[in-house]
Amino acid sequence: MKQLTFDILIVGAGPAGLAAAASASQSGLQIGLVDDNPTAGGQIWRGGIQRSRTQQAADWFERTNRPEITRLHQTRVIASPKTGALLAEKPNETLLLRFEQLILATGARERFLPFPGWTLPGVMGAGGLQALVKGGLPIKGKRVIVAGSGPLLLAVASYLRSKGALIRLIAEQAPLSKLAGFALQLPRNTAHLKQASSLGWNLLGVPYKTGCWITKAEGRDRLETVTIRRGHRSWREQCDYLACAYGLVPNIELASSLGCRLKEGAVEVNEWQQTSLANVYCAGESTGIGGLDKSLLEGQIAGFAAAGLFVKARTCFPAREQAHRFAETLGRSFILQDKLKTLPTAETLICRCEDVRYQDLLLYPNWRSAKLQTRCGMGPCQGRICGSATEFLYGWTQDSIRPPVITARLASLAQEL
Amino acid sequence: MPDTQLTINGETVTVPSGTIVAAALAIANTYTTRRSIHGQPRGPLCGMGICYECRVTINDQPHRLSCQTICESGMKVLTI
Repeated sequence: MKQLTFDILIVGAGPAGLAAAASASQSGLQIGLVDDNPTAGGQIWRGGIQRSRTQQAADWFERTNRPEITRLHQTRVIASPKTGALLAEKPNETLLLRFEQLILATGARERFLPFPGWTLPGVMGAGGLQALVKGGLPIKGKRVIVAGSGPLLLAVASYLRSKGALIRLIAEQAPLSKLAGFALQLPRNTAHLKQASSLGWNLLGVPYKTGCWITKAEGRDRLETVTIRRGHRSWREQCDYLACAYGLVPNIELASSLGCRLKEGAVEVNEWQQTSLANVYCAGESTGIGGLDKSLLEGQIAGFAAAGLFVKARTCFPAREQAHRFAETLGRSFILQDKLKTLPTAETLICRCEDVRYQDLLLYPNWRSAKLQTRCGMGPCQGRICGSATEFLYGWTQDSIRPPVITARLASLAQEL
Repeated sequence: MPDTQLTINGETVTVPSGTIVAAALAIANTYTTRRSIHGQPRGPLCGMGICYECRVTINDQPHRLSCQTICESGMKVLTI
């Protein structure tokens, strides 16, 4: 097996990982930057076929263009076979990555809440559809409904519209009363105000309904119609794609499998972005959902701190504090309504990998017994989709993660034995 | 930008260079990537390598994630 050795290994090449790499490389140490995607940038800076980049993104890519930084794309970390090493898989080979310090910048995924028809092709995540459009999926002239919760819905709708999509509706589950608080907070943070108003321009004329969600998706072999509910009113609308996600969930699986302490569903860190393990740092969405600014600042602090550049790390503390306050406001504004727990019917599938229905799971008191009896969460995604749904629907918390952290080739694991 | 030619279920498809396989499937009007264990049609959901719903067979290698794979010239993609 091929082995590579780095002073600092960074997992995740989104904004937090890029910022960590750029900052740590100022020390002259050797840095490895690993990501499972074909290119760097994470979800928000996913270049795609057109490679369009904001100035901010271009600047950070430029700062990571250094000889000290080795990039490993299409490389998925699957386990930690021994202290100071991770096992990773590329499409055609297995790697052992050795490190002195590890920075986890594993980002977040979308939260999906099951409803009748959510398994039909054409029903996707909000960021999910955006990612595919960036990857070349034709969206011009397609009728799209964007639904779920969070500021991402606006960003996605705006992006899709700029590519020629016909946005029929943006359905936000949060009631207007909560969002009013969010809007009032905006002027304190100019970067976000600008972002919001420029999005507003792109969405001129698109209906944005609050306290509104999708109750059903129908179609023969793919999505044709959705049913929308707002208060006591319910109506149907035809569409080609439903882009639906209820906020983001931190990707904590790798940190958890290493033994890092978790707090409220995210990785716990101290002021230096250091986890409960002394040589493991964590930055960005995996320490708690907060957006781009928080990710960049935490990434810089983690990178500087892991490289021993503590004075430089400290200069980012005040801005990180501000980003954390913004994140708290976001979290409060988009809290999920309890009514969404009634979305699934008895027959609705909760676990898509193993086809486990809502009613099958009602019999069990917790995640562990449901897994053992129904195979819920034991398919290829390893509970990454249904886990956050069952947490919301049944109040279940997940067990600690055991290796391998993702579905891996048997051959990759066999090399370790 | 040069185009890339690949086959999807035996049909030749031409896509812009850099297109991911999941998008090429949509270009070819193929919306089902796999069947669930009870035979339901499934397509891409998360678009970022988490859900495994978009898995297809690429060049005889099963379970490849079409959302995280860029099309290459001569690639053979099979859905279920």
